[in-house]
Amino acid sequence: MMIEALLAVTLLSAFVVFLAPDKVAGKLAFVLSLLPLGGSLWMYSSFEATGAQGNALLGGTLAFETMAKWVAIGPYALNWHVGLDGISLPLLVLTTVLTPLSILAAWTPVQSRQSQFYGLMLFMEMSLLGVFSALDFFVWFIFWEMVLVPMYFLIGVWGGPRRKYAAIKFFVYTNVASLVMFIGFIALVFGLGDSVTSLDLPAITTALNNGELSGLGGIDANTLKVVAFFAMFAGFGVKVPIVPFHTWLPDAHVEAPTPVSIMLAGVMLKMGTYALLRFNFTMLPGVAKDFALIIAIVAVVSVIYGAMLALAQSDLKRIVAYSSVSSMGYVILGLVAYNMYGVGGATFQMIAHGLISGLMFMAVGVIYNTTHTRMVSDMSGLADKMPITVAVFVAGAFGYMGLPLMAGFAAEFFIFVGAFQSTVLAGNTLALFTGAAMFGIVIVAGYLLFAMQRTLFGPFRLETDYEVGRADFHDVAPLVVLILLVILLGVQPDIFYGMIQDSVRDMALITGGGH
Amino acid sequence: MAQALGAGADWTAMAPAIVLALTALVLLLVDSITPDTSNRPLLAGLSTLGAVVAGAVAVLLLVSGTGDEAIRLYDGALVVDTMSLFFTLIFTSVTALVCVASYDYMKGRPYQAEFYSLVILAATGMTLMANSNSLATVFISLELASLPSYALVAILKKNRGSVEAGLKYFLIGALSSAIFAYGISLVYGVTGHLQLGRVASNLNVEALPGILGVGVLMVLGGFAFKTASVPFHFWAPEAYEGAPAPISAFLSSASKAAGFAVAFRVFVTAFPIGDVATTVDWVLAFQILAVITMTLGNFAAATQDKVKRMLAYSSIGHAGYVLIGLAALTGGNDDWVMGGAMMHLLVYGFMNTGAFLFIALVENWGVGRTFEDYNGLATKAPIACVAMTVFMFNLAGLPIGAGFMSKYVLFGAAVGAGFWWLAAVGAVNSALSLFYYSRVVKAMWIEEPEGELTIRSTPTGLYVAVLAAAAATVLLLPAFSPVADTAINAALTLLG
Repeated sequence: MMIEALLAVTLLSAFVVFLAPDKVAGKLAFVLSLLPLGGSLWMYSSFEATGAQGNALLGGTLAFETMAKWVAIGPYALNWHVGLDGISLPLLVLTTVLTPLSILAAWTPVQSRQSQFYGLMLFMEMSLLGVFSALDFFVWFIFWEMVLVPMYFLIGVWGGPRRKYAAIKFFVYTNVASLVMFIGFIALVFGLGDSVTSLDLPAITTALNNGELSGLGGIDANTLKVVAFFAMFAGFGVKVPIVPFHTWLPDAHVEAPTPVSIMLAGVMLKMGTYALLRFNFTMLPGVAKDFALIIAIVAVVSVIYGAMLALAQSDLKRIVAYSSVSSMGYVILGLVAYNMYGVGGATFQMIAHGLISGLMFMAVGVIYNTTHTRMVSDMSGLADKMPITVAVFVAGAFGYMGLPLMAGFAAEFFIFVGAFQSTVLAGNTLALFTGAAMFGIVIVAGYLLFAMQRTLFGPFRLETDYEVGRADFHDVAPLVVLILLVILLGVQPDIFYGMIQDSVRDMALITGGGH
Repeated sequence: MAQALGAGADWTAMAPAIVLALTALVLLLVDSITPDTSNRPLLAGLSTLGAVVAGAVAVLLLVSGTGDEAIRLYDGALVVDTMSLFFTLIFTSVTALVCVASYDYMKGRPYQAEFYSLVILAATGMTLMANSNSLATVFISLELASLPSYALVAILKKNRGSVEAGLKYFLIGALSSAIFAYGISLVYGVTGHLQLGRVASNLNVEALPGILGVGVLMVLGGFAFKTASVPFHFWAPEAYEGAPAPISAFLSSASKAAGFAVAFRVFVTAFPIGDVATTVDWVLAFQILAVITMTLGNFAAATQDKVKRMLAYSSIGHAGYVLIGLAALTGGNDDWVMGGAMMHLLVYGFMNTGAFLFIALVENWGVGRTFEDYNGLATKAPIACVAMTVFMFNLAGLPIGAGFMSKYVLFGAAVGAGFWWLAAVGAVNSALSLFYYSRVVKAMWIEEPEGELTIRSTPTGLYVAVLAAAAATVLLLPAFSPVADTAINAALTLLG
């Protein structure tokens, strides 16, 4: 019942905050968001003790599992099935860590309709927690779509000048993507016919891996698999986002207020890669392997093209936004490698990127709060005026570039090792792609160093009328917490990596992608 | 063997209808004792109580399994089964919400006692419609539901829109009643009986195929009017827009459900498709109706600039979804198809009533009628706007409430019955509908108000009704299991 308690507390907090007066909403939301954080940390600490092992979809033993009958719809039973394995628990913890920090980061920029803002933030947290813990497709899909609603409002109400356009674009893009994915998955379930009697993800995975898929409406099983795979791949790919489905992301990011950007990049993009890992790569490993070449190309293009786009930007926030496209490309590369280092590294990269991109957006937000500009050309020499913020910004940027002893390095290292060793593609093809993708790091280093050198260092200059002073304590504190976490995970990746490896081992074995 | 009233204790199965009829009489009595009374708490309280008690009795009967075996009364002219009780629950829930909301809406308006008694009388008629098992009782109860509705639409006598809408509704209603009655007479001419089961057993398709076919199609036309389906939908936007908003809610949810209740029973029981398919393939007719109705309703809704009118057209679109319940029969998945339609009607009863009651709230505030007038409403009344957001997203089929679930069952059942193209048209329409539903949401939350937006009051009754409808819409999602079971059960008792 621990997961239910977590969801209930978060939902209740959202209501309380929504009804609270504006004056106290921010502080109340922060305090209440510590409850799910405490809960998830407790779950992390007792994860081993629950005897959880293996992958949730491949017959693993789950932590905090609940399975209750909900409703029978036609031949398919829908159940309330939640539980955690080594892949979902880290993401759950990431969500509860980032929420209080982004609430803190909202205290300064959000000055209107606070209670609604913080209520929606907590509601979004609840939905995200649901996405990472649900194991029945229907329950999962409800939470998945529920995330869109608060995000739509958060961008549309509190965003920048083009917020309405960005909110609608985001809503329509991701909602159509969900529909495509939904149809793909349901077609797969219908194709299984009588061999499954529920929308339970482990049951469906087992049936699929046992080759029980028969055709549907004149389409044979193999074609159905491929069609469903790509419907889901496109649906999830929009959320990741992969090139060419990435165009909603910069708009949404630039218009979204800082705390929302943190949640968007830090957690919401991970929904896409998490779903790819859970659905495409776990349920249809054969198809993923058959089309590994195409997926690898998509991954490398996302890495390089995203980085190039970032290089061309002059808005600090856009730079960070496009660099997300690039970093998420590494996740796809790790997944397609299909071995323990690759998939494990991909999962670890979700966490690492969640922390680092959250950190970067937060730092850009703090700079924007003080200078009221994000244009690289408008400022220089900020280091003298706001040393702590700048120090953390630089540290975060180094994390992004993959400096050793930071979380990003560990993640990318695992991914590259996995991709080099992978036998999914014949010969050294994937190694070749990996080499190309690694070039992305150089570009990342390029644009980050370039941007930092021009904005943070050199003589002080600012082309707006605002006084630049040190940021408030509550603005800087979350930055410091995040950088400490990034370093902690870089020094000691085993905080999460052990359980991740344990959970992805079965996947690596199915496809024989090597260790 | 004729069954008189009181034979055994069977008539207790009619208790919901009886409670409603008594309530209406008590309201009339109150009005005769103190004419022109404006004791709003008494009137609204009495009528709400009546509806709630009737609904509670229906639930009790459902839970006790009374309707599992169809109870036939008055020589089979009325029947009580799971389906009629399920629909009674829909009517009484909507009626209760409407009565609570009218407490504020009718404040300071004339004819209050008449208003409430007409609402309850119409609800009685609807309940009887669900119980009707003979073409005669179908016609009578349909008129009992319709006549009060005409008066209710026009009850704001000083308001031109209201009177015009009432007149239009009445004229088209009278016309379609005539068509319906003529259809009944043709069916009677062929089969020599009015009771639905006997009609089926007396069907002699070879004898007078043309007359039977025309009769069935005319009966179908009568239902198309009541459910606001194409091509008898023209009255709906006018009537819903002109009527007092609680009455729009009442008509578009309860009255429509009543139309479907009869349509389900009459077509399945009296004209078994296996027997009449050679003469008149009504399943095919409903397929055409369903596709045209949902598409036309949704496209027309997308082009409106008044919120109430948009909702009126979207309500036509939803009638199209529910028509799948008849259009996808014979696919070997009948219980799910029809059960899905019933589930959608129940959920729709809450979300659509809630949406119209929110409009009643806005009308009460004196904010305008267009999307622009709703701009920035959320800054003034966030809680009511949350409720409206819940209604809009549920009507569009986003999974934050039971609206997604019932649509999913309906479309899934159609796919299961092999009518995947019906489901596809429905899904595309549903995706399109998000566009115009989210316009309301966008106006309320994201847009800035153009002038000074003032909200004068917080009417308790309307708030209670809107929030109750929102809570029911959301809570029906986790509690969907009993709804699904009952609806499937209802469909099974009907399909036999």
